[in-house]
Amino acid sequence: MKKTAFAIPLALGSAAGLFAQTATPPSPTAALEASVKAAQSAGDNAWMLTSCALVLMMTGPGLALFYGGLVRKKNVLATMMQSFTLMALSTVIWAIVGYSLSFGEGSPFIGDLRYLMLAGVGADPMPDYAATIPHQTWMMFQLMFAIITPALITGAFAERMKFNAMVLFMTLWSLLVYFPMAHMVWGKGGLLNAFLGGSIPCFDFAGGTVVHITSGVSALVCAIYMGKRVGYGSEPMRPHSLVLSFIGACMLWVGWFGFNAGSALSAGSLASAAFVTTHFGAAAAALGWSLMEWLHSKATVLGAISGAVAGLVVITPASGFVTPGAALIMGFVGGIVCYFMVVKVKAMFGYDDSLDAFGVHGAGGTLGALLTGVFATRAVNSAIGEGKGGLIDGNGGQILNQAIGVAIAWGLAIVGTLVILKICDIVCGGVRVSTQEEIEGLDLSQHGEEGYSLEG
Amino acid sequence: MKKLEAVIQPFKLEEVKEALKGIGVDGMTVTEVRGHGRQKGHTEVYRGQEYKVDLLAKIKIEVVIPTERLEEVLDTLTKAARTGKIGDGKIFVYDVVDAIRIRNGDRGASAI
Repeated sequence: MKKTAFAIPLALGSAAGLFAQTATPPSPTAALEASVKAAQSAGDNAWMLTSCALVLMMTGPGLALFYGGLVRKKNVLATMMQSFTLMALSTVIWAIVGYSLSFGEGSPFIGDLRYLMLAGVGADPMPDYAATIPHQTWMMFQLMFAIITPALITGAFAERMKFNAMVLFMTLWSLLVYFPMAHMVWGKGGLLNAFLGGSIPCFDFAGGTVVHITSGVSALVCAIYMGKRVGYGSEPMRPHSLVLSFIGACMLWVGWFGFNAGSALSAGSLASAAFVTTHFGAAAAALGWSLMEWLHSKATVLGAISGAVAGLVVITPASGFVTPGAALIMGFVGGIVCYFMVVKVKAMFGYDDSLDAFGVHGAGGTLGALLTGVFATRAVNSAIGEGKGGLIDGNGGQILNQAIGVAIAWGLAIVGTLVILKICDIVCGGVRVSTQEEIEGLDLSQHGEEGYSLEG
Repeated sequence: MKKLEAVIQPFKLEEVKEALKGIGVDGMTVTEVRGHGRQKGHTEVYRGQEYKVDLLAKIKIEVVIPTERLEEVLDTLTKAARTGKIGDGKIFVYDVVDAIRIRNGDRGASAI
């Protein structure tokens, strides 16, 4: 039905085209081409605006609920506030300078200031990035990533960081870690950009290095630098509401369709491919994590939802490059690996990565980025050059490219975060709340509120 | 007057409520509480971290009754709340000095 309706105007168009040669311009063909282009543009834009909203939903309420449920009752609001603050803070920084530093065509390491205050970012598409959608839509889509990435870090220092120190930390972290990394991987001329002239082509479809490694590794640095929570290991620190976490995790899963399938930057078949792998990765990982738990004792709800998130992380860099079968493998392996990182490795080293931002995002992001070098194939994404896919396309060298991308992300995250923490320490007189404030809870000590009160 | 404080298994609440209603004890106050007697707690595991939970969820029922009904009520309550396993709970009995119905100022046994 649709096909016929589409074919008729096209046929008319070509007939009109022949006729147009003898008639006076403007030609109806051009008008028709323009309207077909406008229709495609409208379709792509509809999906991309939807994706923007989905990715914002991942941070609030998705991540806020997921993290909020995992902390103790006295810190639920403060934890949610950290995510929410980033929805506001990252947006303002993005408008002023963030978008430009990320996507202005500058050096291989950081963008220039051509889009300062979003100058020139309007309705016309930016063909290098996304040819069929308004530049504004692309800018908004990327903003949503700049919001959730720092928000992921908050899981590591949950229940003990000063609010003012958090705001300063996140501002500096966006400037010194996120924008450079986003530029290197996705910006025009970025060092690692596989499709826009990078010298080391690193595949990262939706942010394995840019989002998950940077945030996860920075999270580990924060957890070690700031030390354990008061009473860690001796007092019970059970999640106060797995119900909230469950709802949050499910919202993350749904929102991730915008994150990954939206990264196709169009509403075509590549978006579908990424949509499928995203879903398959999450499903297989939820089973993988649950299976590991089941072998040891019981399959828990927290385990299943953590596994799903881990799978989503692992598939993120690969989502638009790999087959559904590869996604199942990557997800399953990811669920098991992240289980070991969170349950075994954390206990072995004894750092207090409170909500496992490193174990899930750092480890999962690293694994996903490396496995992308194995499973990426031209059969899924035609933007990959002949023989330039991953190991299964006969290009084992791609794993090395991926490893370089991973190493740069790790290095930048470690060094950047350490420097920033030092600065925050000096400026804020310590990044941690006092012991008394910590025991009292951050809701009261940082915000003067309580999440749950007895009186109506 | 006597006050009974019965700490029972949460899943026995309905049975106890019905049994007390059956013998004409209508007023009661019920609270969700946590505690333990000789019953051992259980272990909860969150992402591999084990937490020993020794304060278990219980229900506390408070009833005030005329002294002459004490044995009858105790008997009914005990039967209704019993499973025969450890963790069934306990009943504590107190003397009550006075009772006041706030609505009209009734005092003593007629207020309960």
